[in-house]
Amino acid sequence: MRVRLWGTRGSLPDAGPETVRYGGNTACVEVRGDNGALLILDAGTGIRRLGANLGAGVSRVDVLLTHLHMDHIQGLGFFDPLYQPDLEVHIWGPASTTLDLRERLARYLSPPLFPVRLRDLPCRLTLHNVPLGNFEIGGLGMTADLVCHPGPTLGYRITEDATSIAYLPDHEPALGARQIPEDRDWISGFDLASRVCLLIHDAQYSDAEYEMHVGWGHSSIRHALEFASATGVERLVTFHHDPAHDDSALDKLIEEGLREFDPPFELVPGAEGASFQFGPIGVE
Amino acid sequence: MAQKEIELILLRQWASYMATPIWIADSDENLLYFNEPAEAILGLRFDEAPELTLEELPAYFQLTTEDGTPLLWEAFPPTVALRDHRPSHRRLRGRGRDGVWRTVEVTAFPLAGQAGRNLGAVAIFWEVES
Repeated sequence: MRVRLWGTRGSLPDAGPETVRYGGNTACVEVRGDNGALLILDAGTGIRRLGANLGAGVSRVDVLLTHLHMDHIQGLGFFDPLYQPDLEVHIWGPASTTLDLRERLARYLSPPLFPVRLRDLPCRLTLHNVPLGNFEIGGLGMTADLVCHPGPTLGYRITEDATSIAYLPDHEPALGARQIPEDRDWISGFDLASRVCLLIHDAQYSDAEYEMHVGWGHSSIRHALEFASATGVERLVTFHHDPAHDDSALDKLIEEGLREFDPPFELVPGAEGASFQFGPIGVE
Repeated sequence: MAQKEIELILLRQWASYMATPIWIADSDENLLYFNEPAEAILGLRFDEAPELTLEELPAYFQLTTEDGTPLLWEAFPPTVALRDHRPSHRRLRGRGRDGVWRTVEVTAFPLAGQAGRNLGAVAIFWEVES
């Protein structure tokens, strides 16, 4: 399995010279299975470049949305495969309690917010309300579960052979608690992330910033470190960077986290363009 | 035990902040959690309680109707919410582990989660003057 980050920013794209290292595009992660299956996690602005660099031989793309906040769907209308009639595109995402995914997405992919309607896209498009629990896409084992974030929001676990990764880009497991609970049965997202090789997780705030944003659905760097420790992951990639944090602020945030926490796992600051290969190669 | 559903996690976090006595049970009728105000009515601390099903509860919380007639288990509001999947309310008397009889109004309702999942029930116990 190969994983590549195409957008690591949260909330709002933030392009400029001060965000060159971590990148300014919002959430988008490419996952390629050894058998060639292509999954795209979230459709933030990073999906535009991914769509332009898919390479030859791709006949099916599966886009998995964690939720429908704008920073996770904003790039969808600019995803080139949606305009290719010979491509099979599947979009997976959460329904709400009253609306299915098509109805929810059509609110964005229709005028006046967007000129092209969902039903007019030329590709062979199928929309799926993500089932909670286990399912399979292209030979990859998928697990989806609701996690702590405003509105219906999913986290994903993806498994191929002995390798599992987890993607929880928007997650506040510490909501209402002074720290991550000790009892793992009561930690949001625990089963998704338990003992994965790679956890991509929300780390938007410093401790001080989190105090001003309790209930907004995101984590501090300390919460991300504690969650990764509780779930026993091998590697944590920080994600959903605050648009107000430039490269030097993000470096300092990582330093702040490591000052008070000695992680029993590898900590990788989530930078656009980083990729991970499972097998002998390691971080590229 | 497996990780709890997110709705139950959020509900427990909320209940832990409330001064209203609250119980949470899952769909298998396990009493998952009761908050500190509910501890006062049960005469039992949550951290000291064994894992209980609602059916085992009378050993810890004896129930009668207002006139002292033993309460049929099927008429206990949390049982109604769990088994009949509808809200239920009644006034009853209960004696906790501290041996004190209290008159309480009990309101219970089922927890219907995302995607049609039956997650259990929540109950509020409100002590009133007898």
